[in-house]
Amino acid sequence: MRKAKNMLSKQMPYLTDNIVPIIFIAFTLLGFALTDNVPINYFLSELSSRFYRNAFIVLSLIIPVIAGLGLNFGIVIGAMSGQLAIIIVRYLSIEYLHLSGVWELFFCIVLALPIAAFIGFLTGRLYNKTRGQEMIASLIVGFFANGVYQFILLFATGVIIPVRATHPMIKPDGVGVRMTVDMGELHYSLQNIMKTPFMWTVLVVSAVLLTLVVALYLTGRKRPDKGNKVIFIIKVLLLAAIIAYSVFAIATKNNITKVKEVPTVTIIFIGLLCLFTELIMKTKLGQDFRSVGQSQHIARSNGINVDKTRIIAVIMSTVMAAWGQIFYLQDMGTLNVYGAHTQIGMFSVAALLVGGASVRKATVSQALIGTILFNSMFIMSPEIGKAVFGNALLGEYFRTFMVYGIIGMALGIYVWNDNRKARITLDPIELNAQDN
Amino acid sequence: MLKNEDKQNNTVKKNLDIPIVKSIGLPTLIIAAFFLLVMITAAVLKQSLPILISDILRRFGMNGVLVLAMVPAIKSGTGPNFALPLGIICGLLAWTIGIEMGFVGFKLLLITSAIATVFAVATGYFYGKLLNAVKGAEMTIATYTGFSTVALMSLVWLMAPFKSKQMGWMMGKGLRETIKLDGVNAGEIINNFLSFEIIGIKIPTGLLLTFFAFCFLVWLFFRTKTGVAIIAGGSNPAFAAAAGIDIDKNRIIANILSTVLGAYGIILYSQSYGFFQLYSGPLMMAFPAVAGVLIGGATASKANISHVIIGTFLLQGLLTASMPVANQLFAGTDLSEIMRVILQNGIILYALTQVKGGGK
Repeated sequence: MRKAKNMLSKQMPYLTDNIVPIIFIAFTLLGFALTDNVPINYFLSELSSRFYRNAFIVLSLIIPVIAGLGLNFGIVIGAMSGQLAIIIVRYLSIEYLHLSGVWELFFCIVLALPIAAFIGFLTGRLYNKTRGQEMIASLIVGFFANGVYQFILLFATGVIIPVRATHPMIKPDGVGVRMTVDMGELHYSLQNIMKTPFMWTVLVVSAVLLTLVVALYLTGRKRPDKGNKVIFIIKVLLLAAIIAYSVFAIATKNNITKVKEVPTVTIIFIGLLCLFTELIMKTKLGQDFRSVGQSQHIARSNGINVDKTRIIAVIMSTVMAAWGQIFYLQDMGTLNVYGAHTQIGMFSVAALLVGGASVRKATVSQALIGTILFNSMFIMSPEIGKAVFGNALLGEYFRTFMVYGIIGMALGIYVWNDNRKARITLDPIELNAQDN
Repeated sequence: MLKNEDKQNNTVKKNLDIPIVKSIGLPTLIIAAFFLLVMITAAVLKQSLPILISDILRRFGMNGVLVLAMVPAIKSGTGPNFALPLGIICGLLAWTIGIEMGFVGFKLLLITSAIATVFAVATGYFYGKLLNAVKGAEMTIATYTGFSTVALMSLVWLMAPFKSKQMGWMMGKGLRETIKLDGVNAGEIINNFLSFEIIGIKIPTGLLLTFFAFCFLVWLFFRTKTGVAIIAGGSNPAFAAAAGIDIDKNRIIANILSTVLGAYGIILYSQSYGFFQLYSGPLMMAFPAVAGVLIGGATASKANISHVIIGTFLLQGLLTASMPVANQLFAGTDLSEIMRVILQNGIILYALTQVKGGGK
């Protein structure tokens, strides 16, 4: 939404700032132009189900960015905590408790909280010790934790922690958890609580957004200067168009109503997390995050406990990532014990950046837009590879390149700009950091 | 100013003359003790020590130059070269071009090294420029430069118009993931040069000689005027700039050297293995090399040749020896691989906690 409006306002700085989202929109449109075998309802079904799976985890990245920790690749550890919770709950459920799917899900969520919070605390302390190098530290700590995770599940389970060798989740020789664990009743446990047709959901969500936008504008929270007015009108028109189209689609029952139904509870959870992230910024803690993110030096002299604030940010991010991974896996149906988490950090970070976020700035709407754009690219690139080069594999390599390239480019541009600014301002703290 | 200069000279001297013993840090000692423990366990378990030692020597020589590539980068102040895959890819591309041109044996090796040098110098130049633009976050940017280049090269491997039967698939386009060097008479070609056996231990003379020769050359380089200037720029940029040293240029030179060593490193590595891997093969190869030099006692801002030799020997020795031992003690588990992951990333994290500065 915001991207389209930036292009319209023809403001060059906006255009260059949002070059990444624009490339992605162009890429997806190119995909549609080149391939004629991607029906729109298939595309939307794919895209929407990927969105429900990933949005929660991408949202978990926002708070560390605001608190100045940069992009927290360490959410991989959160994902591992979520998986540990699932494995423990599933093991106990099969062995003794025989819970129903929703209860299993509930216990997973409850159990993941202390595990992720504890590990988040440890990683937070680590980031405090590797100040200035948090991003590389978070990447490496993810690899490190993966080793510990494998040690616990492949070796300690059965050798140190007693388990029943004939349990269906344990390897035949009694040591280690199997490569894949069936999610049993946990599969779709969140999805199946309630489902609503796609277009109806779109209708309701856009109606709510429209009232929200209008209400915010009328109460005058945003200064009514000229740019805001244009943005406001575009927003209203866009939402109105979506509402009109959904009414039309529902009335005529056209192709687009065949898009997969929406898992209502998942959407509500994602909405709640958006709300939480927005609201926490209005609290004292949120203000602390922001001032620590802007300058640790100034925050400290204002009496904020910088280290503690940073640790809290990491704990929040880790816990949310753990929950996000649980929601993701209940949708997938099988847990790939040693592989499900490995890529989640890179993909989520790339998605956030695609939405237009940077190392120091991220918003909820950037996370949501980024998730949509990134996954569109993911769906389209094998199709483009097939259409242009007759080779779907090429498209897959290409999208891997996009993931790494986007992250590298976003980081590079950010640091480069930062260094240029530092050279102009001659800020003593900046210079000091450079000397070291 | 004069006093400052003295101090600077002293630190430079200290960097160069530290006796090996002094530079041994706590992590190095722990790993060394662990290595000894594993070797003793191997002996108690009646594993064949000569075979084990032969393996350790081979792995030591194989990985050596890749670890050595860290030294110029660290000395110049850009931190460990997490973009080692750049150099590796230059080496791999040179292999494929050499094989495509139809060379075999020693001729292939020479041509490959020559082509690799050209690629690596060019790549290293641009990589050095990039690092100069992103001062303060070199390690993170380097990692993603490496990652994205590996991903981009996957496209090249798939589309490259190579015809050689040694490298292509039976049908379809593109190069294979693993390409054997035995087919072009280049497998273990350096290893077997002058190699001999004592009490069952196979000494890969050529491999070790090549590794030590590179160590010597790098050691020599850091005694030249350019080398000393690079060290000065790395350890105290403000002073070096005041003394009229072009730090940015020196950082570029150091990273060219590092990239070239990465390219030679992979050539040495793959000839010893007998094959090389394209596509995602080089993706994670920077991390063991970084861990290697750190285990030897280097930090993110200080590294010597002795760190390379000690670190490579300890890390590769430990990994090689622990595999059969772990397999015998805990059959069916992949304990040595798990240990590698924990050890390698643990030591990098430890080094990151020692990095000073940052945090606005």
